[in-house]
Amino acid sequence: MKKYLSVFRIRFIHSFQYRAAALAGVATQFAWGFMEILAFRAFYASDPAAFPMEFHELVSYIWLQQAFLAVTALWFFDADIFEAISSGGVAYELARPMNLYFMWFAKNCGTRLSRALLRCVPVLAVAFALPKPWGVSLPPDFMTFVCFLISMALAFFVVVALVMLVYVITLRSISPLGPRYFLGAISELLAGATIPLPFFPDKLRAIVELLPFASGQNAPLRIYSGNLAGAEMAQAMLMQLFWAIALTAGGMLWLRASEKKLVVQGG
Amino acid sequence: MIELRGISKTYKVARRNAGFAEAARALFRREYEYVRALDEVCFAVETGEMVGYIGPNGAGKSSTIKVMSGILTPDAGECTIDGLTPWKKRREHARRIGVVFGQRSQLWWDVPVVDSFELIRDIYEVDAAEYKRNLEELTELLELSQIMRTPARQLSLGQRMRCEIAASLLHSPSILFLDEPTIGLDAVSKLAVRAFIKELNARRKTTVILTTHDMNDITALCERVLLIGRGRILFDGSFGELRGLYREAPGADPNASSEELVAALYKEMKI
Repeated sequence: MKKYLSVFRIRFIHSFQYRAAALAGVATQFAWGFMEILAFRAFYASDPAAFPMEFHELVSYIWLQQAFLAVTALWFFDADIFEAISSGGVAYELARPMNLYFMWFAKNCGTRLSRALLRCVPVLAVAFALPKPWGVSLPPDFMTFVCFLISMALAFFVVVALVMLVYVITLRSISPLGPRYFLGAISELLAGATIPLPFFPDKLRAIVELLPFASGQNAPLRIYSGNLAGAEMAQAMLMQLFWAIALTAGGMLWLRASEKKLVVQGG
Repeated sequence: MIELRGISKTYKVARRNAGFAEAARALFRREYEYVRALDEVCFAVETGEMVGYIGPNGAGKSSTIKVMSGILTPDAGECTIDGLTPWKKRREHARRIGVVFGQRSQLWWDVPVVDSFELIRDIYEVDAAEYKRNLEELTELLELSQIMRTPARQLSLGQRMRCEIAASLLHSPSILFLDEPTIGLDAVSKLAVRAFIKELNARRKTTVILTTHDMNDITALCERVLLIGRGRILFDGSFGELRGLYREAPGADPNASSEELVAALYKEMKI
């Protein structure tokens, strides 16, 4: 266990040293957050009753999404892993007494969490300070907040497990481009990153909510503002737990099977 | 104790000629060739031996090292290293061996080398006292004290290779595979690496198998030479015997350098 924690640690510290990247990230998140909120504001101004989420719920959704982008974004990959695969450096990782899946998993968690930590503090601070209805409101009660935290942790596992599948495909096909763009494009929509899932037509939404993508940011961000509560919330969290376990187990077995077939080319 | 019996591995290689027409044709019909990288390779190495593994490019040297380090599963054959089959017990086996792939790097490129060392220590679960002892010894023998605090990307090739070798020995492996450890190194670094390997073998009785294209590595280090060509072991003996083999050949030059000698042998054996 310690070895995976060490990988996590070195990755965490390592990503922490890039200040310019963090600043640029924060600036992007602000710009994007404001833009989205203003666009939705225009729609809400025409008829607030026509939308499935309250405006304040939506604003909280957007700010939290921006603050925790590095935790839940499905297009966020570890370039080192792709590099190790295409250059053959993965040979060294295989020649070590460790489970490659856990190793890569820990690496991703480290990078993502350190980035999130650097970015979420300024974004949240400003988003809380903004006047109503532009800022983040507090969750309805303390229990909701606890559920939000648990759901966020589950979303994190689901997202990393999904991204892990891209590494496994890359290991089998060498080039990361196909699966990367595919997952990046389709998942943004299905995860509720482009527009929150409640805005989807009901029939489509019923299907989309069963997919693993919906177990990412969709669940915690809606739980936070109270949009998802009671039995619906419990169901969403169980779904998250299911996908976290299923995707991790599936990815691990798939990677193990791939290792046996793997040929690291070249001298 | 390392034993390989009848190890074979075939690679599937895509082939086509240059040009657009050929590329378009390959959209519909792919041509593959099957290359026999390893063809019933058999040999055994005793504990504490130092063996040089030579052969032209593409002969199967690296493939053999990959099989022995557990990262390549052969199509056929058996391999036992200290009682384990590498690719079946990959992780357990990995704990006992050290590998240096001369053409790749195991150091994290943008953190100081010592950070990579500590990560490797944790991965191999080396206890603190052993790590300290090994690190001190390696630092002294490979003269690492200065370069250890530098990020790997800022090291020269010679400095990096010394760090790579140290990184593979932090967990005191009883077997060390070196795949072209002297590739691209200058004379000083080559001598330093050779002296170190010799010292390591003498001090710790580490079994060493090294592949190289530099015959001076072999003459300086190895009593025994394995020669592989087109996936088959063609010679197993001392470098002196290899020299003798060459002398018997017609047109042999008695003053030939070890390089010329090997080149002539490769030619003669048509590999």
